[in-house]
Amino acid sequence: MDDAALLESLLGGDESAFTELVRRYHPTLVKVARYYVRSAASAEDVAQDTWIAVLKGIERFEGRSSFKTWLLRICVNRARTSGVKEHRSIPVDPNESGPTVAAHRFDKGGLWSDPPVPFTEAIDSRLDNTALLSAVRGAIDSLGEPQQAVVTLRDVEGLSTQEVATLLGLSEANVRVILHRGRARVREIVEEAMKGSKI
Amino acid sequence: MKLLSSPLVCRDAVELVSGYLDGTLSRRQRRRLEKHLAECDACTAYLDQMRATIAASGKVTPEDLPSDVLEGLVNLFRQYRDDT
Repeated sequence: MDDAALLESLLGGDESAFTELVRRYHPTLVKVARYYVRSAASAEDVAQDTWIAVLKGIERFEGRSSFKTWLLRICVNRARTSGVKEHRSIPVDPNESGPTVAAHRFDKGGLWSDPPVPFTEAIDSRLDNTALLSAVRGAIDSLGEPQQAVVTLRDVEGLSTQEVATLLGLSEANVRVILHRGRARVREIVEEAMKGSKI
Repeated sequence: MKLLSSPLVCRDAVELVSGYLDGTLSRRQRRRLEKHLAECDACTAYLDQMRATIAASGKVTPEDLPSDVLEGLVNLFRQYRDDT
């Protein structure tokens, strides 16, 4: 069932529609909140407050944006307020410059000395798609901020670079750099997982 | 200028892959990367890995919520419904 249909049911007081929306979006809300607040516990609180705001405001939701965008905006507004109260400084990417692929994988001339093994071979021979998805999920969950929030919003939730930039108060250029580094890290972790599974 | 138009090495090519997939490279960068990819199987494998990673990210389903978190939220819903 799509979000609009779930929202319709929720307006009619359907508990299972609420549960489904929570299952779908709560983890993303926590990740986005974590970008702004100091602790995992604060991020949980922000996500919970977001759902309360949804229940209170749902009748005023006019459908001009998608439910997802509306939900994320509520979450970001609340998280920002909490972050300011906590005097949390917005995280910058700790590895903002420098190479995204380990230097030892290239020779002195900059050519691969330890080239990547295509995933498809690993997947076809040893792994099903579920293993790839779970490796990717684990890799995204292990990212630090701001990479985790950016990769989650852009690649998991499918928002545009511009939407991510607006939500997180970043420039589009910054989003692109953070995304590039986050994706490279996810690829690296997944590559390791694939290698391990080939034994 | 000579440096800008010199062929890419793998170490630099991988830094352009994410932008390439998002279509945000300049025309010059894109051409340099495509030229490199045409001759480099390893960087093509890297590009394919990145493409697979991004595609898989879009298919990731959320992890199951801890039951206490879900129960807490459902209780909030019930309270809210009963109050209104």
